[in-house]
Amino acid sequence: MENPAIDREWKKGSAELLILSLVEAIPRHGYEISKLIEQRSRGALRFHAASLYPLLYRLEKRDWIRGLWVEKSGQRRRRYYQLTPQGRKVLASQRQGWQTFVEAINLITGAENA
Amino acid sequence: MPDFKKQIRQRLAKMNLSAPREAEIIEELAQHAEDRYREMRADGASDAEARRAAMEELGAKEFLAGELHATEHAVAANPAVLGSRARGPFFAGLGQDLRYGFRTLRKSPGFTAVAMIALALGIGANTAIFSVVNGVLLQPLSYPEPGRLLNIYESTQAFRYNSVAYPDYLDWRSGASSFAGMGAYRSDFFNFTGMGEPEQLSGEYVTASLLPVLGVHPRFGRTFSSTEDREGAACTAMVTTGFWKRRLAADPGVLGKNLTLNGMPCTVIGVLPADFRLSGSAEVYLPMETYNSVELRTRESHPGLRVIGRLKPGVKPEAAQAEVAAIAGRLALQYPKTNAGYSARVVAMKDDIVGGVRSTLLLLLGAVGFVLIIACANVANLLLARSTARKREFAIRAALGADRGRVVRQLLTESLLLSLGGGLIGLLLAGWGTRLVLAAAPANLPRADGIGIDPYVLLFTLAVSVATGILFGLAPALLGANTNPQESLKEGTRGSGGGKYRAEGIFVALEMGLAVVLLAGAGLMIQSVWRLWKVDPGFNPHHILTAQVALSPTVAGSAPRIRQAFDQMLERVAATPGVEAAAISSQVPLGEGDSENSYWPGTGPQPPQDQLNSALFYIVTPGYRSVLPLPLLAGRFIDRRDIVGSPPVIVIDQVMAKHLFPGQDPVGKQISMSEIGPITIVGVVGHVKQWGLDSDDTSKIRDQIYFSIGQVPDQFLPEAMAGLTMMLRTTPEPLSMVSAVAAQVAGPTRDQPVYDVLTMEQIISRSLAQRRFTMLVLLIFAGTALLLAAVGIYGVMSYAVTRQSHEIGIRAALGASRWEILRMVLRRGMKLAGLGLVGGLAAAFALTRLMAGLLYGVRPADPATLSLVVLLLGAVALLACYIPARRATAVDPATALRAD
Repeated sequence: MENPAIDREWKKGSAELLILSLVEAIPRHGYEISKLIEQRSRGALRFHAASLYPLLYRLEKRDWIRGLWVEKSGQRRRRYYQLTPQGRKVLASQRQGWQTFVEAINLITGAENA
Repeated sequence: MPDFKKQIRQRLAKMNLSAPREAEIIEELAQHAEDRYREMRADGASDAEARRAAMEELGAKEFLAGELHATEHAVAANPAVLGSRARGPFFAGLGQDLRYGFRTLRKSPGFTAVAMIALALGIGANTAIFSVVNGVLLQPLSYPEPGRLLNIYESTQAFRYNSVAYPDYLDWRSGASSFAGMGAYRSDFFNFTGMGEPEQLSGEYVTASLLPVLGVHPRFGRTFSSTEDREGAACTAMVTTGFWKRRLAADPGVLGKNLTLNGMPCTVIGVLPADFRLSGSAEVYLPMETYNSVELRTRESHPGLRVIGRLKPGVKPEAAQAEVAAIAGRLALQYPKTNAGYSARVVAMKDDIVGGVRSTLLLLLGAVGFVLIIACANVANLLLARSTARKREFAIRAALGADRGRVVRQLLTESLLLSLGGGLIGLLLAGWGTRLVLAAAPANLPRADGIGIDPYVLLFTLAVSVATGILFGLAPALLGANTNPQESLKEGTRGSGGGKYRAEGIFVALEMGLAVVLLAGAGLMIQSVWRLWKVDPGFNPHHILTAQVALSPTVAGSAPRIRQAFDQMLERVAATPGVEAAAISSQVPLGEGDSENSYWPGTGPQPPQDQLNSALFYIVTPGYRSVLPLPLLAGRFIDRRDIVGSPPVIVIDQVMAKHLFPGQDPVGKQISMSEIGPITIVGVVGHVKQWGLDSDDTSKIRDQIYFSIGQVPDQFLPEAMAGLTMMLRTTPEPLSMVSAVAAQVAGPTRDQPVYDVLTMEQIISRSLAQRRFTMLVLLIFAGTALLLAAVGIYGVMSYAVTRQSHEIGIRAALGASRWEILRMVLRRGMKLAGLGLVGGLAAAFALTRLMAGLLYGVRPADPATLSLVVLLLGAVALLACYIPARRATAVDPATALRAD
């Protein structure tokens, strides 16, 4: 865990939202997802394979994302995950919830500082 | 690159996941770890650092399993599935193999269709031929304990299987203790009148003992009693179920009713079962001794009598043979005049019935087996090519831990699915093919009514399908499973795997070799049939019509009235427009059945039977030579002067003239015959190939004697009149004359039928039927073989060119000319073809020997035929190689080199 400020529980709560967001526009494979989380959080967030894939499988099981083996010429096959219609609804509502939550937190923490 | 898979597998071990799921997770996570490792190395980390980072991804030992626990479930115990090392019982994974196999085949419908069609053709053809072999050769006769039934013949030096004299039969029956019973029968024709249209019926005279010996019980009614089988007994008759339905309206009250047969009322006492068939197309059965003829009373005549004996339980045929031979020996001593030189010979009834076609059918079964092997080789090549394309699939499985046996089993399951599918379609084709074979088969194919798809045939098809699946599936499966996973995963589509290409080469050579054998067989048969067609039968066969005729029952029994009736019939027919000449003869050249008589040279007393000569005996009317223009070599032919009362004369053929009077003029010389006495030879005519175009030259009895119908003594006339043939030379096409001739033969009383109408050309054609049938079937097989072999070599060469486009590109880039490239590809293809041709030639030399008996005028290893076959196949192979070779010359070096 690179940043002790973001603790395990925080991550878990947000992980689903992160993954769903990353595969919203195009299908991505697991390594790509983990790299994007790391890069876009500037290293603040990192998922090990041992946590990421069980999570992907769980989302797949809920039918929020769908994993497909894709073979591109000259490459070994990879499993790409993409958002399902149901996943899209879940993502919209989670985004909304997160937004509300962050605003609420900001209202409280920011108010003290102001 | 460290092996992360092992690490991951260890972490998953306790979860007991299904193998495919486990493999999937391992693959995905290992990729992740590998990516991480690579990335670290690319960023300049040491191997140890990169390894540590990658391992970190996989977490602590128990962590992954804990995380997965919520979504992944353990499977039931002992799954034997692809990719696992579990060794369950053999059938455990069968369902899965089958499902997977179905899916794989469904995914490539083109391949599946082509392979199944090839197999369906091969298996279908085999099933069709086998169902004929099964019905004719393998199925037991439909009598109880058929193994105990023997046919018994009289035999002489010249003829191993002679018909039996009735008194001799009676002596055998009373004297032989090896037999539980013995019966005899004799085919004849019966004029059926007094009930609708008059009709000439085929029938049999049978002894009262015959049906009990065979174990045949009537459908209803009873069989003949011994008192009914007596000379002078009131006529009784049994009829077949077919006749009972056809002519007697299936009347259940038919027993006790009278049928008029040959003008004589015969009481129906029984109806035979529907499947009963003794010989030919007999419809009515009469007791033997109602055959009211002197022929039945003398040991001298052998009036077509056939004898069947049933062995006592436990008695060997050899013992029976010794016993009847001993009895015949005693009879020869007792009656030297008639029986000297005659012995007796037994032969198993079934062998006797099917002996003539056994070699032909086995030959065809062998040939069709070759076709199947060729089809197998083709499908095996398809599978090999496919297994190259599927190399990555096998490699991944192997990498995931599937052992080799497991992959082989999966591949075999696929090929078995193919072959069973092919077998199923083949079975449908066979139903149709069997009908085709029967339609093309000679009319005298024995036991043809027993041919069809029965449980034995189904079993055969199943066995052939399974064997086929293993045969064509095994080599590709073994070679396919042999892939080294690392090699295959690393390299692109361009593969090594020399074993596979060697195997392809072997299959192609095998196909070529087998095609040589089949083509050689077909070529030899074509030559034989062609040469036989060119054989001169001894006369011009065109525009001749033959028909069996029977006289009105009202004239039977009176010699003068018989003569008058015949004269009038001939006059009426000869006057019919379109008829150029008409004659009557006791036998037709090349026809079925024959009639011989004994003679001795000079006018001395009759020597013992075994010192007599035999000659084919033709009783003819003077017009015979006008119909059948035999060349007259000396003297004159039979004419109107030769009637009862004038000195008896004969005309002989050139063969008899040469062997009896070498270097002399036979005209005016005399010979003697026992029923006629001394006879003067008045003319010599050309020889007729009576025994068949092929076998006449080697027959034991070739002498031919022509005798005037007018000189047949009155007491022999009634028998001589039975089974006479009318022969006509016609101006128009002979068959167009049939109804006009039939009307003239029928006469004013309209009770003289015409039957068995055939043109002379049809008779000759029929005498060649079995050979022509063999030729036709072999030709179809050889054509199929040629096609399959061509497709096989074309496929392999096309594939080789595709595979070698890289190499060809390099050569082209290095300056090889188109011609050099063409030659390179052609050389490889022709090397395979050449190998097959040489092997095939050797096999053809050995195997065509087996068909020596079917050939005519050509030796089994005929150099001309074999050279032609090799040339033909070589040309086809060259063409099949040329097309891919041409494509190879079109390879653009730049593209070929970029392809990888």
